[in-house]
Amino acid sequence: MTREEIIQNGTKVYSRPRLLNKNNMHYCPGCSHGVVHKLVAEIIDEMGLEHDAIGIAPVGCAVFAYNYIDIDWAEAAHGRAPALATAISRLRPDKVVFTYQGDGDLAAIGSAETIHACTRGENIVIIMINNGIYGMTGGQMSPCTLEGAKTATTPYGRRHDLNGFPLKVADVVSLLDGTCYVTRQAVHTPGAVRKAKAALKKAFKNAQEKKGTSFVEIVSTCNSGWKMSPEKSNKWMEENMFAHYPLGDLKDTTK
Amino acid sequence: MKAEVKLMKGNEAIARAAIRYGADGYFGYPITPQSEVLETLEAEMPWETTGMVVLQAESEVASINMVYGGAAAGKAVMTSSSSPGVSLMQEGISYLAASELPALIVNVMRGGPGLGTIQPSQADYFQATKGGGHGDYHIIVLAPSTVQEMADFVALGFDLAFKYRTPAMIMADGVVGQMMEKVVLPEQRPRRTNEQIARECPWALTGKPDSRKPNIITSLELDSAIMEKNNERFQETYRRIQENEVRYEERFTDDAEYLIVAFGSVARICLKAIEDARKKGIKVGLIRPITLWPFPYKEIARVAEHTKGILCVELNAGQMVEDVRLAVGDKVPVRHFGRMGGIVPAPQEVLDALEHDFHINSL
Repeated sequence: MTREEIIQNGTKVYSRPRLLNKNNMHYCPGCSHGVVHKLVAEIIDEMGLEHDAIGIAPVGCAVFAYNYIDIDWAEAAHGRAPALATAISRLRPDKVVFTYQGDGDLAAIGSAETIHACTRGENIVIIMINNGIYGMTGGQMSPCTLEGAKTATTPYGRRHDLNGFPLKVADVVSLLDGTCYVTRQAVHTPGAVRKAKAALKKAFKNAQEKKGTSFVEIVSTCNSGWKMSPEKSNKWMEENMFAHYPLGDLKDTTK
Repeated sequence: MKAEVKLMKGNEAIARAAIRYGADGYFGYPITPQSEVLETLEAEMPWETTGMVVLQAESEVASINMVYGGAAAGKAVMTSSSSPGVSLMQEGISYLAASELPALIVNVMRGGPGLGTIQPSQADYFQATKGGGHGDYHIIVLAPSTVQEMADFVALGFDLAFKYRTPAMIMADGVVGQMMEKVVLPEQRPRRTNEQIARECPWALTGKPDSRKPNIITSLELDSAIMEKNNERFQETYRRIQENEVRYEERFTDDAEYLIVAFGSVARICLKAIEDARKKGIKVGLIRPITLWPFPYKEIARVAEHTKGILCVELNAGQMVEDVRLAVGDKVPVRHFGRMGGIVPAPQEVLDALEHDFHINSL
């Protein structure tokens, strides 16, 4: 059977998302970003938001997110994506605005913008890739780095007496009255990917229906920064990251 | 709203002029001496009338990045602050310049450095005219000296910002921000529609229609060869602005033997000093740069030709005086008279400085 015959028979069960273009991704093999990009592209297409979605890229590994998903994008200064999203969403309430940020961008330099966008209940989606490290700049400690984890700036492991405790951002924003949906997901197994997609879709729906701020944290790996194989990174994430950042919904006022 | 004449503060004039211009959004954070801009907008509730968005942000950093977002969407958006707050905005202004986005920023200057004082100052001249943030860029800087100009420069600032796709700044001082004067407010202009924006700003984020490729607003370019080309394009824009947008006011220069160069509220104090000087038989003229960038170099050089000396009067330790010296070189002696820390000089002090610096009484 040729490839064409298989497709014509209606047996095709999977294809590349239409809005995910053919540009070669700059992400390391094993990185979670590619999977989350794919999910975002699929959701925008499935929800018919191609003409209405506006993305805000961060500073960090996902700075080039705009190179991969064929919608309108702005690239924000470090940590300021929620400020851009706030303005665009208020000036264009007919659009669906989302930010796509890492934990360094969002939880450190952008903590004020994050908390205030969430507390104002801006009708936006905030996606945070939490891999507990600054990937782009070469693997330094982020606010979400686990205690004991070795990074370029905690070469002997993070110590809370020196470097403070890992920040549970989703827990913080779940306490704010402006958030309608706060969830923590992962994309390391097919099952987790399906759950993460459902969560992201719900978040985009909330923004479309003006229900408030949706915050989706994706606990992720950074095998280059963690200096582990992709496989070992997934295992380390399950054993260590999930213990500090348990998966599941933290808040859902839309039920 | 029809055109009308009203008595108001400079800060209030900025707010009312923004509504009447048909501005789409204002994002700001309270700081003395400019909080009346945000206060007036919140009291006027323009979202009920023109649909203008007004938002008190969590910081000046957030304000300027909200402006960045709004500008990226092709909207006419603005912020206002005072010196320390404008320092916080510099990174964002650099991003606006690099992404070629139009926006209006108002700085009602107070005395610095640091937290300084809430009294008037002109000590942010270098910051505004020489770049301010990182990288090679300029923004258009308008210096109002009356409450009427506070109102008028909102429209002028927005128009220039959109014409050249660059941020523009109204650089006022605490005097112009706080004093009350008669103002003629223009008729209400309609806000641009989303369809108009899509047509007039083909670069703007509107949501990607089938008819075009995605629009990406970014200042990032890792390929140095392309980044140099981008810089060359910015510099070309700055050259066009320098050629076409120099604005200044010239008073009593025809027979002037001495020239005062001053901007903003200080130019008005100097006018009184010039009046007093002329009563004593000292022929003094005034050039008031209205655009601090682009600076009226040629115009000052032309007037300076037939003068014996130039006094540059500023509320700082000597900033614009450097541009005046660049304009005239060593052809005419240039002196500076400045008060700092929020002190505003009396006309007599200006006249004394002129007479002293050029030995006028001893002639």
